[in-house]
Amino acid sequence: MPETCIYIARSSAIAARALAGEMMVMNSADSTFFTLNPVATAIFQAADGRTPLRDIVRDRVCEQFDVDPEQAQADAEQFVAELSGHGILLVSSQPLASETP
Amino acid sequence: MSLMSEVGQKAFNLGVPLAVHMDVTYRCNERCVHCYLDHDDHGEMTTAEIKDVLDQLAEAGVFFITFSGGEVLMRRDFFEIVEYARRLMFNVKIKTNAVMIHEEEARRIRELGVDTIQISVYSHRPEVHDAITKLPHSFERTVKAIRFLREQGLRVTIANVLMTVNSSDHSGVQELAAELGVQYTLDPTITPMMDGDMSVLSLRIPGEELNEIFRNPALVANQEEFCAPPKPPSAEDLEGYSCSAGHSFCYISPYGDVFPCVQFPLPTGNIRQQKFLDIWNFSPQMKEVRSIQAKDLTVCSSCSHVGSCTRCPGLAYMEGSMRGPSTADCEKSFYRTGIPTANMLKQGLSKPRTMSGNTPLIQIRPVAVPA
Repeated sequence: MPETCIYIARSSAIAARALAGEMMVMNSADSTFFTLNPVATAIFQAADGRTPLRDIVRDRVCEQFDVDPEQAQADAEQFVAELSGHGILLVSSQPLASETP
Repeated sequence: MSLMSEVGQKAFNLGVPLAVHMDVTYRCNERCVHCYLDHDDHGEMTTAEIKDVLDQLAEAGVFFITFSGGEVLMRRDFFEIVEYARRLMFNVKIKTNAVMIHEEEARRIRELGVDTIQISVYSHRPEVHDAITKLPHSFERTVKAIRFLREQGLRVTIANVLMTVNSSDHSGVQELAAELGVQYTLDPTITPMMDGDMSVLSLRIPGEELNEIFRNPALVANQEEFCAPPKPPSAEDLEGYSCSAGHSFCYISPYGDVFPCVQFPLPTGNIRQQKFLDIWNFSPQMKEVRSIQAKDLTVCSSCSHVGSCTRCPGLAYMEGSMRGPSTADCEKSFYRTGIPTANMLKQGLSKPRTMSGNTPLIQIRPVAVPA
């Protein structure tokens, strides 16, 4: 069975800025505020809507951080689901256009 | 400590300008009786200049930006500026009188992902509000705009500046805010005019009325704690700083002048002549502001209120010294707790003297820019 590709893009409703290597993210719709650790920040920054999540994990996470690839993929999917639930990330099985205000 | 407070403290410790207040114009369609601004245009930054500033602010790590004025919508390029800021992923707040906001503008604000819109409402009585703004029908237009914004699901805060001419109307404005489904804030601060004219200070509400406000359960949630006598200052209190001005916050005027705060008119540089980060990191004035700890304050370091006072270094600067006391905050501390401040005791006062017109003041003036 072929592996399903997940594409992720940042929502246009958010504000974000890096502070000392960690990303601050706020959803203007409900003012939910997050800070992302360096691994999550790397995934968030790579969320261009065109790069599959597994490539992001391989190139941006496993390459830069000392993590087990399978665990990293599972953690990334959980992180993406959580941020998607808060409207921070858009998730699709097809490439997405990055939203701009 | 909330996550937001933790982030604020981290930015403060690292010296990162987390938040900036930018006035995009001093022009205004209202002529509020208490306004401190000169509404003539002395050479506002162009659209391109503001976009360049926003690029620099994003690079410097600014996350929260508040666009204010004057009236922001007096600039025809205002939505272009907001759109650019949002593309740079700033959290954008807007302060406006809202009289130029109709359905179309409200929809645009929602589409741009603006966080909050703060709108000045002075009274629930149209005749009182309009007499303060000197713009006929401004109350009706402002309230209509708030409804348009709420229909878009936007977060709105009513800012109620309290002065002698509307001092009995705060509960009415609070009820109006509840009816409109928006937040309410009250501010009794009246600031002298830019040209140093202090006549507007006569609009400040008398201290005795502050006493009533601080004890109004509709305005102050935890009065027992809020009005409690000050605790003896700890070593940590004396090592502390007054506020975030110059540490993680600053103000930029429509002419590109950078100040530690909108209420702290100490010129630190002009963005038309220097890069923002050069001003932020290397301006001697910014460095001086950052260096001042509570133990360095000339009078306040020995005051029993030093650990809990809301002392504004900008108001202190306008009174003559950024290390000195701010009389307005001494008054607030006194009427909040009933305990005289060191500044009052030094002057032999058991009650604050009226503040109107007793302080030499410096106000924000555009820094001359070479042609």
